[in-house]
Amino acid sequence: MSTEPILTIRGLQKSFAENHVLRGIDLDVNKGDCIAILGASGSGKSTFLRCLNFMEIPTDGEVTYGGKAIGTARPGKPRHYPEAELTKVRQKVGMVFQQFNLFPHMTVLGNVTEGLRTVQGMDKASAETRGMEELTRVGLAEKAHEYPSRLSGGQKQRVAIARALALAPDVMLFDEPTSALDPELVGEVLNVIRGIADEGRTMLLVTHEVGFAYHVANRVIFMADGIIQEEGPPEQVLKSPQNSRTQAFLARHKQFEF
Amino acid sequence: MDYVWDFGSVYEYRAALYVGLINTLRVFVICLVAGLSLGLAIGLARYSTRRWMRWPAACFIEFFRNTPVLVQIFWFYFAFPILAPFEISALMAAALGITLNSAAFSAEIFRGGIQSIDPGQWEAGRAIGMRYNEIMRRIILPQAIRRMMPALTNRGIEIFKMTTLASAIAYADLLHQARLIASVNYNPIEAYTVVAVAFFVILYPIVRVTYVLERRMAKGD
Repeated sequence: MSTEPILTIRGLQKSFAENHVLRGIDLDVNKGDCIAILGASGSGKSTFLRCLNFMEIPTDGEVTYGGKAIGTARPGKPRHYPEAELTKVRQKVGMVFQQFNLFPHMTVLGNVTEGLRTVQGMDKASAETRGMEELTRVGLAEKAHEYPSRLSGGQKQRVAIARALALAPDVMLFDEPTSALDPELVGEVLNVIRGIADEGRTMLLVTHEVGFAYHVANRVIFMADGIIQEEGPPEQVLKSPQNSRTQAFLARHKQFEF
Repeated sequence: MDYVWDFGSVYEYRAALYVGLINTLRVFVICLVAGLSLGLAIGLARYSTRRWMRWPAACFIEFFRNTPVLVQIFWFYFAFPILAPFEISALMAAALGITLNSAAFSAEIFRGGIQSIDPGQWEAGRAIGMRYNEIMRRIILPQAIRRMMPALTNRGIEIFKMTTLASAIAYADLLHQARLIASVNYNPIEAYTVVAVAFFVILYPIVRVTYVLERRMAKGD
């Protein structure tokens, strides 16, 4: 592909006090990529994802979105990330959390339209039309006027996906979207995510569902100790891993089925 | 006991009590609105990430929480005119003392309520591009205020009862008027009983209404 990457990550580092979680990550994300990020807990994979929409502010390094480096470099000091700039980026880089984080005091439709109304200033009728489109996509149009407390975990996560999609983001970040779900509810959420991937939307997905990564992702990243240990097409990384850490990790995930 | 109750002599002076009641309500409304609004502002400052906002807020809270309201009222009424070149009315002194005290207490309620909200709610707001103020107004406060309702109701009750302190600087509130009636008729038991009943009769229905409100706001949780 000759087009420029949609996200370029260079030398990304993140420390929490003494804890050096990310130790220098470089990655180009191309339009239409579906990148699965695997790794043991503590490998830094969630932190990496959270740095891409600045839920965590990187300690060092640079994230370029659509050709423009986010934040401003300051000599001798960490980059400065103004709130106004980050709110713009976050509308274009949507995120779905492990714990859903729906707004419990708003209806399902209210959750989905909140960004359109408050952030983008869309009028109520247009926002609701737009919101219903996304709820239909995740198969929950009939729940529009329920409160989140009335939904199952899988339904909550699908609403959270609709909420992120409502802003028509260029990139979607999924942070272990099925880890908080009962096993029988995982499938419905993965189906929705697969549908979004099939539409060609760019996404990065931190997951433990190795089988899903194999079938849906076009690239797989394996992380350990805060760096990318191995990266490539799923066939290569999952079936014939070169890195010993990847091999050990996959050996512990024997139960996955391709 | 062969005490003969004489409420008739209190009833005779009902006009004076009525004036007292209006004055009591006046202090109450001022202190409730000003105290809770100021409390919210100070509670937000107390929770701020900026130290220059946190510090003064913390000092304010600790100062007014740990000194008696009555002393504050006396101070505003008697000391203020000596330090500042203008007089201050009894209403203003009382309202100032009670308001600042209530602000200090309710700031802690607001801070606690805001901090009790799951940090995931902040993240979800940020993730759809909302700014700090938008998240606070649209996501955090509506949930926090629901949780704070019982504590805020208590604060309201406290404020209403604290208004009687205004009588100490001869503000013509309900208690002050009752004391006048008692000193004229030598019937303090009846006069003060009427004050107690009046407070109960006004407060209790309000409290019942807040219970209904709490229950109605609980929907969706």
